[in-house]
Amino acid sequence: MPVRLPTLTVGLMRSISRRLAGVVAAVGLAVAAVAMAAQPAQAAYQTVDAMVPGAQGDDPAMLDTTLYLPDDGESKHPAVLLAHGFGGTKQSVAKDAKDLADRGYAVLTYSARGFGRSTGHIHLDAPQYEIKDAQLLLDWLAARTDIELDAAGDPKVGVVGGSYGGGLALLLAAYDQRVDAIVPMITWNDLNTALVPNGVFKQAWAGVFFQGGSGGPDAACGRWAADVCAAYLKIATTGVLDEQTKALLEERSPAGVLGRIKAPTLLIQGEADTLFPLSEADANARGITGAPVRVAWYTGGHDGGEGPQSDQDRTKFLTLQWLDHYLRGSAETPSSSFTYSRVTGLDAVERGRLATGYSVDAYPGMGGDATTTVELTGRAQEIASPPNGSPAAVSSLPGAGAAASLLSSFATDLPGQHARFETQPINGGLTIVGSPKVRIKVASPTGEATIFVKLYDVAPDGTATLDNGLLTPLKLTGLPKTLAEAQPVEVTLPGVVHRVEDGNRLRLVVATADQAYLGPVDPVTYSVDLAAPQLTLPTVDGTPIQTSEALWVWVLVGLVAALILGVVAAVVIARVRGRRKEQAITSEYAETPLSVKGLRKTYGKFVAVDEISFTVERGQVVGLLGPNGAGKTTSLRVLMGLTQATAGDVLIFGHKLAPGAPVLSRIGALVEGPGFLPHLTGEQNLRAYWRATGRPWEDAQFTEALAIAGLGDAIHRRVKTYSHGMKQRLAVAQAMLGLPELLVLDEPTDGLDPPQIAEMRRVLQRYAVDGRAVLVSSHLLAEVEQTCTHAVVVHKGRVVASGRVDEIVGDTPTTQFEVTDLDLAQKVLDRVDGVAGYAVDGDRTLIADLGEVPRTEAVAALVRAGVGVDRVTPRRRLEDAFLALVGDSTAGSGDR
Amino acid sequence: MSTLTLQGAAEGYKAHRTLTVGSEWRRQWRRRRTQLALGFMVLLPLILLVAFEFGSDSSDDGGGGRGQFSALVDVATAGGLNFALFTLFVSSGFLLVVVIALFCGDTIASEASWGSLRYLLAIPVPRARLLGVKLTVALGYCALAMVTLLATALAVGTLRYGWHPLRSGLAADIPAGEGLVRLLAVTGYLGLSLLVVAGLAFLLSTLTDAPLGAVGGAVLLYIVSSILNQITALGGLRNFLPTHYSQAYLGLLTTPVQVDDAVKGAISALAYAAIFWIAAWVRFLRKDVTS
Repeated sequence: MPVRLPTLTVGLMRSISRRLAGVVAAVGLAVAAVAMAAQPAQAAYQTVDAMVPGAQGDDPAMLDTTLYLPDDGESKHPAVLLAHGFGGTKQSVAKDAKDLADRGYAVLTYSARGFGRSTGHIHLDAPQYEIKDAQLLLDWLAARTDIELDAAGDPKVGVVGGSYGGGLALLLAAYDQRVDAIVPMITWNDLNTALVPNGVFKQAWAGVFFQGGSGGPDAACGRWAADVCAAYLKIATTGVLDEQTKALLEERSPAGVLGRIKAPTLLIQGEADTLFPLSEADANARGITGAPVRVAWYTGGHDGGEGPQSDQDRTKFLTLQWLDHYLRGSAETPSSSFTYSRVTGLDAVERGRLATGYSVDAYPGMGGDATTTVELTGRAQEIASPPNGSPAAVSSLPGAGAAASLLSSFATDLPGQHARFETQPINGGLTIVGSPKVRIKVASPTGEATIFVKLYDVAPDGTATLDNGLLTPLKLTGLPKTLAEAQPVEVTLPGVVHRVEDGNRLRLVVATADQAYLGPVDPVTYSVDLAAPQLTLPTVDGTPIQTSEALWVWVLVGLVAALILGVVAAVVIARVRGRRKEQAITSEYAETPLSVKGLRKTYGKFVAVDEISFTVERGQVVGLLGPNGAGKTTSLRVLMGLTQATAGDVLIFGHKLAPGAPVLSRIGALVEGPGFLPHLTGEQNLRAYWRATGRPWEDAQFTEALAIAGLGDAIHRRVKTYSHGMKQRLAVAQAMLGLPELLVLDEPTDGLDPPQIAEMRRVLQRYAVDGRAVLVSSHLLAEVEQTCTHAVVVHKGRVVASGRVDEIVGDTPTTQFEVTDLDLAQKVLDRVDGVAGYAVDGDRTLIADLGEVPRTEAVAALVRAGVGVDRVTPRRRLEDAFLALVGDSTAGSGDR
Repeated sequence: MSTLTLQGAAEGYKAHRTLTVGSEWRRQWRRRRTQLALGFMVLLPLILLVAFEFGSDSSDDGGGGRGQFSALVDVATAGGLNFALFTLFVSSGFLLVVVIALFCGDTIASEASWGSLRYLLAIPVPRARLLGVKLTVALGYCALAMVTLLATALAVGTLRYGWHPLRSGLAADIPAGEGLVRLLAVTGYLGLSLLVVAGLAFLLSTLTDAPLGAVGGAVLLYIVSSILNQITALGGLRNFLPTHYSQAYLGLLTTPVQVDDAVKGAISALAYAAIFWIAAWVRFLRKDVTS
């Protein structure tokens, strides 16, 4: 995963490195990796496509090239010739080319002859063809004005490439002294040893290779040059390397010309590579004597691919450091330290592998900088070589890419076809870095033997792992018929970086056939034994490389610290603010339980409460009366701190109300119906509620509350079994817990039956003593009239009437008479002194303002005059007001 | 009979004593859903055990197509530690997600749906405190659920399969003592990575009155994130998915321990959870509670 961090973290990384003085270099590597990954990814380059003539001669070729020119304002750039791997084209390396161009290099990519759109045939990096092509490309670069030159015709150029491209880099540096630095990756030293190691033909890989050059008009040879094709066909048929083929491959191998290389060489080789194993790079490193050489191993290769991210970061860093120094002279001289890595786990997130890199001061070669010897045991064994090498053991799957190395633990040997020798469990474990060695004896009735020697790591549970499927094939000749006469044969096992865990054993296996190799045709049985029990294991005392991953630990620490600080700060700020709020008090209202001034609440454009003002004094039972939707409940919500008012103030005992204000603790409330935990009983609910207040038990006045609830035994039932009325009573009881100074009840009689309503009235009237006050909201006129001392009538968000109930409700001069004779009644009233007036309302109803005249007198006068009076009803102002409001409201008298 | 105090609050009222963690714990403890969820944490290892007892071990598909970590399944019966690990492995993808979403998503939304939330706020329990206590208790139940699952699996597995070194199938056997530490670390990491779910569910819980909506929403988004994480074409974007590192705990089973991904996963989980929680706080402190 690319690490994109600002330079700050690079600085942090540097401060870490100061503390870990021992791993300064390693950390620097990580810093650079971070810095590199942090580079902006925008395309700061231009491309130039051109067909450039390659070597002409007997197989002329035109090379399809792309030059990536950095767009950084510099007029001349050092160049990098970037060669692709076998079977690829210039497109295969486009991403690397862009990366290098971003770093200021002019990068020339091209399809090698026989590949992509380039013409010509594949000569397998032959000096007179592919190498000559590359030389002509150097000429082409030198002729450009935007390429930095060492001298006329000599561009400042590095050659980078993997596998086929790596071979080209080495050979070109050997044949052309204009090359200033090379980075050959996963490539060969000698094709003879790589393709026919110890005389055994690596048929599977060779086949994959050959297939890579197929296609084109020639069915048999594809795009291969005739001589190379013929050599392949010959060796694939016979399995024998004749002199002519040997010479052909030698010509295409750096092995013989390494001494000529004067360009500093960075050799990067893969540990998961059964095609070009570590020993190929080792041979190259030893062969180059005329230039600085640095070696790095990583966990990928032809079998393992690019390897884990940490490996890719490391190889990329090493490559850039190499080029930056030897082409630009800008960076410090790269050290000659040797870095390698080992798979240390599986990446659970990306389902890939994880590797840990190690660093050591100098390249120790395949023998390690120390060795450990362990003893193998096992008796002499007979093993059968099957006819035509089939069936064969499976160790590796050439050409399958990264998937192949997963085979490590599935490598199989066939019974009867292999001999085993095992060590004791290795105490404390150890890490093998390099090629283990062992001496064996082999006898064969034919005098010849083809064997495959492998070293397994066997876990206590019996699981055997063959590191990357690597093995050493051996073709032995001149063998005696019996082991007694056999001479010791020293076997150099493949180079590995492998951790043998504590308690694991090592198992040496000598097998007779392997699927990846061409075996002998005739069946034969060999005898195999150890010549000496010692198995020599090379080790290297490497220092683990700190990767950029270490940064994340600090990021995590920082994040946790920030979170803790944030929480602490938030708590402190909240407390301080809360305290400040608590102490603000308007003293003239300190003894007024509730004072609402100019309250307004809107939801968007909808006005729920327009403007409401009223007060509730101690000892009062105030009714908040209004039809549904008048704004009663919204006002109460604000009052309880559940919603925030848009404008206006609510003062409770002089304290300005805000959500969560402590003064709310002096209010007991029932707003918008009961709310209980359905899984608790009535009693548990009350207890849970009181516990949540955090106030002392004895203040709760539990018994009184339970009496008010009047639920009897039902108090021990779960609330979910309650009827609406039962919940309502429980809710009133909850509101009264602790006998709060202000009781706010929203439609308290909702769902109650008449006797309970009557009881509720008595309870509320009794409650408002000792300085307590009650605010009851209702849409029921009768309820307010009978319960309250004061009333506030609201409609459409405004107060339309307020005052003492008896003042606005009580007897008023307006009286409604239902009489038998309307005309006579009018005449009678006309005669009574003091009657202010009357109005006819329907056939038999008369509404009269009696003024100072007592109602009894008026009735007596009517009766005396012979008017039959069916009913006399005092009209009340509250009702007048209320009916006037409800009159034009079509809403039914529902809950709220 | 209440008297006036300096702060204007009723006698005995202290904001920091309202709705204590203990009282909230008890409120939740009596709920059937709490008991069922915890009960299932005990039941699951038993079901798995029975399944292993009945299932034949002859089905040898070699783990084909199940990835390298199929090894965890294959060694599930190697010992108590392995059995516990397997139990965590199978429950981490969905069961624990649901359980954690349940505890964290239900906590406020259910109070809102019962109507009891407004009475808590009218006590008054300061809103920030209400959230803090609710979250603490919800996370406490999440932890309890995980510990219950682990302890049951460990106990049942050890009784049936014995106390053996931890086999991960990824590396060498890990001695039982260290294996236990690794197992605890795995559990810890799982808990940490599931904070994303806890955060999301809690945020949704403050936004809706429907407990199922909060729980389901959190699980749904978690699943969507997991699906997106399967799409490798998204490349580096996937690193920002909250579920990207959900299986990084497997790195804790290798030798040596791979903590790189776990560290990134922890950063990701904490960052997401913090964002969700901050959003929950900001929202809830300003919210009009109308239900």
